[in-house]
Amino acid sequence: MLEIRDLRVQFETRNGTVDAVRGIDLDLARGETLGIVGESGSGKSVTAFSMLRILDAGGEIASGRLSYGGIDLAQADDAAMNDIRGREISMIFQNPRAALNPVRKVGHQIEDVLRQHAQATAQDARDKAIAALQEVEIKDAAARYHAYPFELSGGMCQRVVIALALACRPQLLIADEPTTGLDVTTQKTVMDLIQALAQDRQMGVILITHDLGLAGMYCDQLVVMKDGEIVEKGAPGVLTKSAAHAYTKRLLAATPHKGKMLHELVVDGTAQPLPAQGELLLSVQDVTKTYEGKSGAVHALRGVSFDLHKGGCLGLVGESGSGKSTVSSIIARLQDATTGDVQFAGASLFDVPAAKFASDPRRSQIQMVFQDATDSLNPRHTAAQCIEEPLRHLAGIGRRARRDRVQEIAGLVGLPDTLLSRLPHQLSGGQKARVGIARALAVEPQLLILDEPTAALDVSIQAVVLNLLAELRHRLRLTYLFVSHDLAVVQMLCDNVVVMRSGKMEEIGPTRDVLASPQSAYTQQLLDAMPSPAH
Amino acid sequence: MSTAEQQSFIGHVGYVLRQNPVTMIAFGMLAALVFCAVFGPSLVPYDPLASSDKILQPPNASHWFGTDHLGRDVFSRVVVATRLDMVISIGAVALSFVAGSILGCVAGYWGGWFDSIISRGLDMIMAFPLFVLAMGIVAALGNTVENVIYATAVINTPFYARVVRAEVNIRREAGFVQAAKLAGNSDLRVVALHIFPNALPPMMVQVSLNMGWAVLNAAGLSFIGLGVRPPTPEWGIMVAEGANYIISGEWWLAVFPGLWLMLAVFTFNLLGDGLRDMVDPRQRR
Repeated sequence: MLEIRDLRVQFETRNGTVDAVRGIDLDLARGETLGIVGESGSGKSVTAFSMLRILDAGGEIASGRLSYGGIDLAQADDAAMNDIRGREISMIFQNPRAALNPVRKVGHQIEDVLRQHAQATAQDARDKAIAALQEVEIKDAAARYHAYPFELSGGMCQRVVIALALACRPQLLIADEPTTGLDVTTQKTVMDLIQALAQDRQMGVILITHDLGLAGMYCDQLVVMKDGEIVEKGAPGVLTKSAAHAYTKRLLAATPHKGKMLHELVVDGTAQPLPAQGELLLSVQDVTKTYEGKSGAVHALRGVSFDLHKGGCLGLVGESGSGKSTVSSIIARLQDATTGDVQFAGASLFDVPAAKFASDPRRSQIQMVFQDATDSLNPRHTAAQCIEEPLRHLAGIGRRARRDRVQEIAGLVGLPDTLLSRLPHQLSGGQKARVGIARALAVEPQLLILDEPTAALDVSIQAVVLNLLAELRHRLRLTYLFVSHDLAVVQMLCDNVVVMRSGKMEEIGPTRDVLASPQSAYTQQLLDAMPSPAH
Repeated sequence: MSTAEQQSFIGHVGYVLRQNPVTMIAFGMLAALVFCAVFGPSLVPYDPLASSDKILQPPNASHWFGTDHLGRDVFSRVVVATRLDMVISIGAVALSFVAGSILGCVAGYWGGWFDSIISRGLDMIMAFPLFVLAMGIVAALGNTVENVIYATAVINTPFYARVVRAEVNIRREAGFVQAAKLAGNSDLRVVALHIFPNALPPMMVQVSLNMGWAVLNAAGLSFIGLGVRPPTPEWGIMVAEGANYIISGEWWLAVFPGLWLMLAVFTFNLLGDGLRDMVDPRQRR
């Protein structure tokens, strides 16, 4: 059905021409699912965009043939492409909320597509739109027809996007990271839905993802891309068991799954001995948080209690809205709790309100690494300035001593000196994560709160950063509170785990026990949703 | 700022200028205006206030822009007036920039009651026809250059405050702001040193547009007899005085100061994009 030969895509940029895709070949038969796996910058999304000819400004197909059912997509005129987009080939985007028009009802948006391709008339558009919503298993579709995107959850939005993409019954669906921003349990249902619809309609699917585990579960064929080239292709079973190319091997190794050890993620990694646990450092006692919402009180936390000993690492696991980030920001003293208490090294943290905590002597003892490294670095400050910032206020040392300390800590997290004078936008994702960790470690805190520090990173970089964290914990005798949605990552790093759901604790216990024999049905559900390439 | 950073900033300014010819032209024109403002009085061929018996002469070799009804050289008057008009517009913009930034930061960062009071106050200013408001302020406070500056600053402040309020508000919960709090910064430091600088790029566009308005506003006030008084050379007064003579064919009295004024406004408006790119670190490679 689809045949791509020697596709090359180039981008004109300020620093000259960049080859984003360098001569790739792909084939896809009707009803088949092809997975394109690669990390950011590998050219996998550009390949997909070039099939629909929706490349960003400055990008063009330099050479190659993109033949779809006899039509060369690289040569087709704009009118022909408009017909093909949506009706023959359709696409699901990474961020479902951004893909929907925020000021139009979702039903109307589906009608627009149907009318555009003359698949419906003014009379039956509404019924067909509701039918399309029913097909993606949206409950009470007639009511949801009137919903605006902001009224729906992320998973629901992605279902609407899928309904939009499939409304005109295309032959080929391109899914570009369709579940990246979604919770694991939602990810599973969305992917199952795509798979079921594809089988039902004998539709070809191209799944673009950075997650080898996910691609392995849902694809018939896999290609692994790196730097605009295909390094390896094959059936998932074969590829995961006997990968030939070094890059595929590294990618496979870096993908966390149940039962894997942390040092196995990187080539020649060494296992860090578990630090001995000392006295009680942090004790969270029945903390609650209630917001005044527009429609009454919102209970973000309904009583959370746990202990963390010196040198230990506690994983706080939950999906979005579970309250895990609220707990971490209360402990980091960025906000106040409604009731409850947090004892840190024997004294209550709540004696000082969050707004005044900046001048508390314990400020330097509790530091935090943020989820989104890009968002957490001031775009106007260089890496060195970012790392120096806490030293400036909390360490009370002179300018020269600060500069030495910045270099020392940068060396500790593996950040070369030459990068220190760069601004955040001049750094890669992994380098920004290192700056964030260096900043938090600069004042030698006792407790480090890690709020999904690797969620925005590629798996290979995640592997390196996680190993770095384990090494630092051992070397500096640090205590970690590790917040994550990913049980696979938590089981490698943490000795104890707290599973949270809608502001309540579902389960608490040693990580090994919780993973081996979960007591709560929800934990079991989370475990089941974890993709694993070894099957 | 260390010397290395200064060099990289100068290098970046050079890059922005080379990249965009319009910016280059605008900065060239600004340099010419500043030159006139600083050295104009000592360079012009005639005393701008001295009258002579050569009245209402059309442009010629010795009087490039002609002479007015008192025999004063129009070219000298136009060039000398640059300083006064620049002082008024830069002074007014600087005042409204500072006042607007402070009000906008308070409203955007602390929100709540502060925000309600400040925003409604600014809305009240905006609700008046701004030029009439400026007329009222100058008429009430007295007819001096300082009062023209104050009046122009007052009517421009709401624009700055609104830009800053919006820019500060969207960054209030950003990760780098929380990180700054963790680093022991007080709220005041967070807003002044971490959030506000990020509002500079859109502010620069506002500044460049506002400079043009401020010049026009000062000239407009003088035109209707408020603000600067004759015989002081000022573009607005000169246009006002010259307007009486257009009907009898002495067009140069109004046209040359008008053209000069237009050129100044045009220069300021062209500066916007270039200034924004200069203060935006993301433009650096």
